[in-house]
Amino acid sequence: MFRCLTLVMFALLSLPAFAQERSITIASTTSTEQSGLFGHLLPIFARETGIAVRVVALGTGQALNVGRRGDADLVFVHDRAAEERFVADGAGGPRLHVMFNDFVLVGPAADPAGIASMRDTNEALRRIAAARGPFVSRGDRSGTHAAELRLWQLAGVDPVAGRGAWYREVGQGMGPALNTAAAQGAYVLADRGTWLAFRNRQDLRILLEGDARLFNQYGVMLVNPRRHPHVKVADAQRFIDWIVAPAGQAAIAAYGIGGEQLFFPNATVPEPVS
Amino acid sequence: MNDVNAAFAAAAGLIVDADPAVLGIVMLSLQVSVCAVAIAAVIGLSLGALLAVTRFPGRGAVVVALNALMGLPPVVCGLLVYLLLSRSGPLGQWGLLFTPSAMIFAQAVLIAPILAALTRQVLESYWEEYAEQLRSFGAGPCRAVPTLLWDGRFALLTVLLAGFGRASAEVGAVMIVGGNIEGYTRVMTTAIALETSKGDLPLALALGIVLMAIVLGVNAAAHALRGNATRWAG
Amino acid sequence: MRAPDTILPLTIEGLGFARDGQPILSGVSFIIDAGPPSIIIGPNGAGKSVLLRLLHGLLVPSAGTIQWSGIADPRPRQAMVFQRPVLLRRSVLANATCPLALAGLSRAEQLARAHAALELVGLAALADRPARSLSGGEQQRLALGRAAALRPEILFLDEPCASLDPAATQAVEAIIARLATAGTKIVMTTHDLAQARRLAGEALFLHRGRLLEQSPAARFFTDPATSEAAAFLAGALVW
Repeated sequence: MFRCLTLVMFALLSLPAFAQERSITIASTTSTEQSGLFGHLLPIFARETGIAVRVVALGTGQALNVGRRGDADLVFVHDRAAEERFVADGAGGPRLHVMFNDFVLVGPAADPAGIASMRDTNEALRRIAAARGPFVSRGDRSGTHAAELRLWQLAGVDPVAGRGAWYREVGQGMGPALNTAAAQGAYVLADRGTWLAFRNRQDLRILLEGDARLFNQYGVMLVNPRRHPHVKVADAQRFIDWIVAPAGQAAIAAYGIGGEQLFFPNATVPEPVS
Repeated sequence: MNDVNAAFAAAAGLIVDADPAVLGIVMLSLQVSVCAVAIAAVIGLSLGALLAVTRFPGRGAVVVALNALMGLPPVVCGLLVYLLLSRSGPLGQWGLLFTPSAMIFAQAVLIAPILAALTRQVLESYWEEYAEQLRSFGAGPCRAVPTLLWDGRFALLTVLLAGFGRASAEVGAVMIVGGNIEGYTRVMTTAIALETSKGDLPLALALGIVLMAIVLGVNAAAHALRGNATRWAG
Repeated sequence: MRAPDTILPLTIEGLGFARDGQPILSGVSFIIDAGPPSIIIGPNGAGKSVLLRLLHGLLVPSAGTIQWSGIADPRPRQAMVFQRPVLLRRSVLANATCPLALAGLSRAEQLARAHAALELVGLAALADRPARSLSGGEQQRLALGRAAALRPEILFLDEPCASLDPAATQAVEAIIARLATAGTKIVMTTHDLAQARRLAGEALFLHRGRLLEQSPAARFFTDPATSEAAAFLAGALVW
């Protein structure tokens, strides 16, 4: 009987799942992974180049840290200020524009703060604070979290005063934050891609969109190979070259959910040298 | 209730269709956890057996520490292994982070103390019973270890199952050190966490049901094995 | 005829043992030589089991010496059977081969000796049964066979029949007698006088941690030298 067990173990161990292949590792954000964008892009890239891409999806802050530690070959995130610090620190670069989409302010259909008819994020956030939300914050130093904090600052509201009451920092990814907002009937700032792919909306809906302040830029950076010699420079550079070239940009533009385009390529916009 | 019904229907669908992506995730889960149990067993069983038969100053402290380590949070374990295996960490040159090997490493670290602590407990009672007889046969504590392990094999099978259950159920450690990379380090638990965060609760629950079915199957097989032969253990 | 590498006689001098400061044995001196069984008798608590464990090396004496003869390592030349047999969670046959494997014998030799031993104790037909499913008498016979398979020069038996019924006791005594006849030196404790009479070549009378008498069985049972032994034989001394 133990021989039988040994056979089963052997069968399990001999499966080819650990086979080595030509691959690079990207530290990226949950929004690109969970919206399905990578699921759309990577097979195309693999077909053209034979390079498999492994995506570790984290918040932007965490993803940049993974890059700093040298645990990924490149970083693909959306928090311009943090990305510029990353480049300035010599952790990687140069930073290239890839695409953008936008954030949306999501909330319960009942809309207790009454922001549904508004176009101005500043005013809407002030109303939410005045109505004491509730508002769910990512609280995880992600790109979306950074954007949300910037928006509060622009609105002249310090949400930290409402911490523990109406301002609720979940410290998790976009999906869990949306799940929490759905369960609590709260407002939440979400990236459009994750929102469109999100299935457990209950009575959440988009209450405010289209404000220029809700612009959400994605950038890509090679991890500094002088700091981390194991970085697969050639293959990673190949990915960067592809994603900002017409082929990659067209692939981004072609991706949508329910007929709605999720990301808008803008790699041609020149990036100031930092 | 609709969600739960949908989950069971989806689970049945996943099993019937044998979707290759799901199958890959299932196989990787089994591989990672079985390998982790195998590695942890080598360490845990020998450590536990040695601890069962030896007496030395500070042994009580070791036993308490081992028992406490059974409660090691997977996230903490994952974080420790992450820092070890990161390119900037002491074992960075191995390049294991975000690979299935890293997940095996983390799960082995997580369950080795469990196996050691439970083995110690099982074999200590055996040793109490056997010690005088084995010494009469000329076998001191160290030479008694293989005898004890063999005689405790059925009780230890349950210990291994406890380790397997813990390994296959944890998400914190493999998420951190594996990175939940699709088609490479995505296992059942990280897939469940992902689907939950995507708000696809029925699919998440369906994957959970599949995971439970697998764990149930492994335990049933072990139970049959044990039932066949437990009469030897008396 | 005595083999040149024998470990007998066994010489005990001034043997003492204390547990938690309580003396259990003191000033015990005697010599055990090859020959018919030496039976250690005495009331409960006299220290019989402790004495046997000291001789076998399972306990370390607090005082005195235990001296084996010859140059051979005495350890593998002795075996012991306990009052409650400690059987491994294995088959009857595997129980018999285990000590032989620990002694470093080849697999073929282990099997040959184990089968012979099971034959001797009448358990050959049960070789494949789980040892722990045997009856009490069968378990003790297996323990005896397992010890005999080691082919010890001296075999210590600690109350081997204490928890057995008369039929099982008879079977065990028959095996002991056969081993003694075949040349194995038997050193056995018992509190059963009838059994002592049946088996003893010589008797050692232990009382309250002291050896009061060592004499040939014929003389001890008819004409004990001490009043304590006389009282014990008369059934009057239980402590």
